[in-house]
Amino acid sequence: MADEAHGEGSGLSFHPMDQFEVKPLFGGGYDVHWYTITNVTLWLALAILAIIGLMVLTTSKRATVPGRGQSIAELMYGFVYKMVEDVTGKDGIKYFPYIMTLFMFILCANFLGLIPMSFTTTSHIAVTAILGFGVFFAVTILGFVKNGASFLGLFWVSSAPLPLRPVLAIIEIISYFVRPVSHSIRLAGNMMAGHAVLKVFAGFAQVAAIAPVAIIGVMAIYGLEVLVSAIQAYVFTILTCVYLKDALHPHH
Amino acid sequence: MAENTNAAGEVAIGAPPGMPQLNVGTFDNQVFWLLVTLVVIYFVLSRVALPRIAAILAERQGTITNDIAAAEDLKAKAESAEAAYDKALADARAEAQRIAGETKAAIQADLDVAIEKADAEIAAKAAESEKAIADIRAGAQDAVKVVAKDAAKDIVALMGGKADAKSITAAVTARMKG
Repeated sequence: MADEAHGEGSGLSFHPMDQFEVKPLFGGGYDVHWYTITNVTLWLALAILAIIGLMVLTTSKRATVPGRGQSIAELMYGFVYKMVEDVTGKDGIKYFPYIMTLFMFILCANFLGLIPMSFTTTSHIAVTAILGFGVFFAVTILGFVKNGASFLGLFWVSSAPLPLRPVLAIIEIISYFVRPVSHSIRLAGNMMAGHAVLKVFAGFAQVAAIAPVAIIGVMAIYGLEVLVSAIQAYVFTILTCVYLKDALHPHH
Repeated sequence: MAENTNAAGEVAIGAPPGMPQLNVGTFDNQVFWLLVTLVVIYFVLSRVALPRIAAILAERQGTITNDIAAAEDLKAKAESAEAAYDKALADARAEAQRIAGETKAAIQADLDVAIEKADAEIAAKAAESEKAIADIRAGAQDAVKVVAKDAAKDIVALMGGKADAKSITAAVTARMKG
C-alpha cells in the first residue's frame, strides 16, 4: 500500500507528499476514472460551499448598513472590482465576473487547503494548469477577436529602435507563451511547497528532542502559508487582469 | 510498486513514486471536477452574488447621496430660519425702542403741562392767601381803631369828661400812626 512505501523501518517516517494523493472518496482502491468522486471532488465542492456561504448567504439580508459577513463579501467584491478597473480600464469591467470567479475559487481553495488533514486542490498542477491555460486561451482569443491582426502589435515594440524590434519580438513571443506555464506553476508550486514543508516539520515533531522546535516551525510556516494563500490568489488574479489588459489594449 | 496495474489493466495511481501531482492518471478526474466547480462558481457569482452586492452598493450610494442632500436642505432651512429669527428680533427691538421713545415723549409732555398747571395754581393760591392776609391785617387795624375809640371814649367818660367824638378819633388816628 501507499503508506508502507515510505520510510518503513527507519525511526523517522516522512510522508510529505501523501497529502496530495488523489483518492476515491468511497469504496477504497485507487481506480480514478474521470467521473469518480474523489477527495478532489469533495474539496472542490467545499470550495463552492465556502463561496456560497461567503458571498450569497452573508448578503441575503441586503442590509444598507452591513453586518460582519456582508462587509467581507462587499470587501471582496470591491477589492476585485477595483483591481479589474484599475488594471484593465473601464472596458475590462464586463469580464469582472470571470475574474471574480477565479479569485474566489483560488482564495477559498487555498484557505480550505490550510485546514489540517484537508486536500489542497490548488496544489495540483492539473488544476492550476487548467486555470492558467484557460486564462491564456481566453485572453489570446479575445485579443484576436477584439483587435484582429493588430493584436500581433503586442509583440512589435514600436517604441524600440527598429533594428532591435525583431529581437524584442522573439523575446516577447517567448515570454507570451511562457505566461500560462509560469502562471499555473507559480500557484501550484507555492501551495505544494508550503504544504510539503509543513508536513516535513510535522514529521520532525516525532522526535522528542526537537519536537518543540518543530512545532514552533509548523506554527510559523502555517502563518506564512496563510499569507501565501492570499497573496497567490491575489497574484494570479492581478496577472489575469494584466493579460486581459494586453488583450484589450495590445499597443504599448 | 505492487499496484501499478490492477486487475482491470487500467493505469493504477496508487503509490506512485515522487509527486502525486505528476500522476497523469488522475488528471482527467481533476480537470472534470474543476470545470464543474468553476462553472458552478461562475453561475453562483454572476447570477446571484455579484448583482446582489452591486445592488447593495448602489443602494447604499443612493442612500448616502440622498441623506447628504437632505442634510444640506435642512441646513439651508435652518439657516434661513435663523436669519428670519434674527430679523424679527431686530425689528422687535427697534419697535420697542420707538415705543419707549414715544411713550417717554408723551409722558414728558403731560408732565410739563401738569407742572405748568400746578405752578399756576400755586401762584394763584399764593396771591389769594396774600390778599386774605392783607384783608385780615386791614380788618385788624380797623377793629383796633374802633376798640381804641370806644376805649378812649369810655376812659374819658369815666374820668368825668365829655367825650368829643371828633377829637377822640383824631387822637386815636394820631396815636395809631405814631
